[in-house]
Amino acid sequence: MTAHTLVAYVEDKPGVLNRVASLFRRRTFNIESLTVGHTEQPGVSRMTIVVDTDEFGARRAEANLYKLVNVLRVDDVTTQAAVMRDLALIKVSASAATRSEILQLTDVFRARTVDVTNDSLIIEITGTEDKIEGLIEVLRPFGIIEMVRTGIVAMGRGSKSVSPNPPLVAAQVMEVAGATAN
Amino acid sequence: MKRTGAQIIWECLIKEGVEVVFGYPGGTILPAYDAMLDYPSVHHVLVRHEQGGTHMADGYARASGKVGVAFATSGPGATNMVTGIATAMMDSSPIVCITGQVGSSLVGLDAFQETDVTGVTLPITKHNYLVTRVEDIARTIREGFYIAKSGRPGPVLIDITKDAQQLSCDFDWDSAAPRLPGYRPDLRALPSEYQNALSLINSAKRPVILAGHGVLQSGAMQVLKDFAEKAQIPVAMTLLGIGGLPANHPLNLGMMGMHGEAWVNHAIQQADLLLAFGMRFDDRVTGNVKTYAPKAKKIHIEIDPSELNKVIKADVALVGDLREVLEEVLPLVAVGDREEWIDHINEMKGDSAVRDIQNLPDTGHLYAAHVINDLWRYTEGEALICTDVGQHQMWTAQYYKHNKPFKLITSGGLGTMGFGLPSAIGAKFAKPNAEVWAISGDGGFQMTAAELSTAAQENIKVNVAIINNGYLGMVRQWQEFFYDKRYAATPMKSPDFVKLAEAHGLTGIRVTERSQVESAIRQAQQTKGTVVIDFRVEKEDSVYPMVPAGADLHNMIRRPMPKKPLNETLKHEEEMEFAK
Repeated sequence: MTAHTLVAYVEDKPGVLNRVASLFRRRTFNIESLTVGHTEQPGVSRMTIVVDTDEFGARRAEANLYKLVNVLRVDDVTTQAAVMRDLALIKVSASAATRSEILQLTDVFRARTVDVTNDSLIIEITGTEDKIEGLIEVLRPFGIIEMVRTGIVAMGRGSKSVSPNPPLVAAQVMEVAGATAN
Repeated sequence: MKRTGAQIIWECLIKEGVEVVFGYPGGTILPAYDAMLDYPSVHHVLVRHEQGGTHMADGYARASGKVGVAFATSGPGATNMVTGIATAMMDSSPIVCITGQVGSSLVGLDAFQETDVTGVTLPITKHNYLVTRVEDIARTIREGFYIAKSGRPGPVLIDITKDAQQLSCDFDWDSAAPRLPGYRPDLRALPSEYQNALSLINSAKRPVILAGHGVLQSGAMQVLKDFAEKAQIPVAMTLLGIGGLPANHPLNLGMMGMHGEAWVNHAIQQADLLLAFGMRFDDRVTGNVKTYAPKAKKIHIEIDPSELNKVIKADVALVGDLREVLEEVLPLVAVGDREEWIDHINEMKGDSAVRDIQNLPDTGHLYAAHVINDLWRYTEGEALICTDVGQHQMWTAQYYKHNKPFKLITSGGLGTMGFGLPSAIGAKFAKPNAEVWAISGDGGFQMTAAELSTAAQENIKVNVAIINNGYLGMVRQWQEFFYDKRYAATPMKSPDFVKLAEAHGLTGIRVTERSQVESAIRQAQQTKGTVVIDFRVEKEDSVYPMVPAGADLHNMIRRPMPKKPLNETLKHEEEMEFAK
């Protein structure tokens, strides 16, 4: 079992997030994170879904996503060259004695301080999951008061958008008459 | 032209070719029902329970190949449909369910008879819609019908708020064409993929075709027959695949799986190649997947990509409409000579024949297998059979031999008790000239027996054969085999089914001995209205062979060997000849 990152383009319609989440639940997949937001195209949303499964499970998740009428395109970017980013806000205890040490650590991780009070700091960090977990580890001894993470968003590198003919399951497929073009 | 939402619903149904709707009115669907009176070309059947309505739509769809339509009101009306929708989903049956919803200003406020039915049915529909604007009704209905019947068919639910039905807008069918950019019903494997399949087929010594529901749904009956004959490959059927190849075809082995005949399951276990055609390796078909057909390569042809590699990993997986794929593969496949393999399977058949109850002396006891075999005989194998779920269903699959497709309608995937009678009523509307029989158990029949009243009101003739053994028979059988005969909650007392039929103004007949079977069937055939026959069969009879759930497919509980010597058991040779 490894984390697979699927990028799904979906129609921006009521209930679509529910359909996707319900699919993963009823097919007993374990979602690690799911993010959704607008894209460059009006009416189209983009989801990044990180799911803990093996290769067959990932193909099955992909095929099942395609069965949802509102899903336009699915791409597994796990093994592609892709930029993957997570954003975290971490509220950490900071006294006069510890503040400068925390700020130094923040610098090392290229994170930003977005709020300062007498006894706390809020640190904002963007990066891969590993990097964020690294920062959390070094901040933990100071006392993390609160934390929130967005979950992963992903995008393939290079000028191409997602592959035009996504491979489905084990078989290569092509679209034939009847399916309306997007 | 201006139309109310309610009128648009009927205009669209007529455009979609709908002739009959199975439904039950109520508060939020009242506008649509009021408009119905102005559209007399669509016949409305008042059901007695919305579950019955969805099963009727399902039976209609399976018998006709068209989309079945069911109506219900919001809340309890809609939730009563759930079992029927789930049944249609599991068996890929194209139905469209239209439900009323509370006014759009009330949605989400727990209004009277409000249920989030699109939420409830989300995992059991191919797709569903909540329509709150009259302008969206026409397109949604067109999309719903298209989705229900295209690709791998399935149920679609369209929930329409009361105000959307009441308001008016311009109705223009042509400009309401489906807009489904993400829907891909027509995926096809690249022809270059066929070559891998062909080399496996041409080199196989012991291949078996597994023919599923997809054979019927894609209309691949003829090309399957041509393919099997050309390559000389025996064909095993799934429950829903029955009729895909004539039962009397020499290459048709019969049904596979939990209650498949021993030679069929042994052939699968010994095969060196399985060709899965439009089937999905249900656990009732495979038994233990770890020991399933261990020596066989697998070729899987399936319209739904999510079924490929789901249960059984395929060596060659081809996405596509089965008929289209087979038509392209047929000219390329080599003419086969597999006499040795076919002879071997026939040898295994002989062993089963001596165990079969059909070949045992008639003791006068009324066995369900006899009833169904006699029913097959006296209907000349031509009846359209709808079953419930349980022992009678498996006996029907074993002993009612179908030479034609679309003649067996049964709840396979979901195993829905109560399916028999309503699906038979729906099928009769699809095929008014067909001889339609519902075969039920005493348990399943009572789940939807109220639909007798629907049959009576509609003056529609279906015959009902109740295989009455005083038990929930299949559960009792499991208790006998696996729970030390502790019959928890399976003995069942039933009403007098003859009187029940008569209370509906219908005919009831009771049969307690085998000698009465023929005359009862003949009487049912000659009676004008619906007839209910109460067959009081042997109480503690079991369906054989049986692969216990999760067991290896070759580890079957076989029929007990006859106590009498073989030559005596074969006295009824004439009967056997017919049974072939």
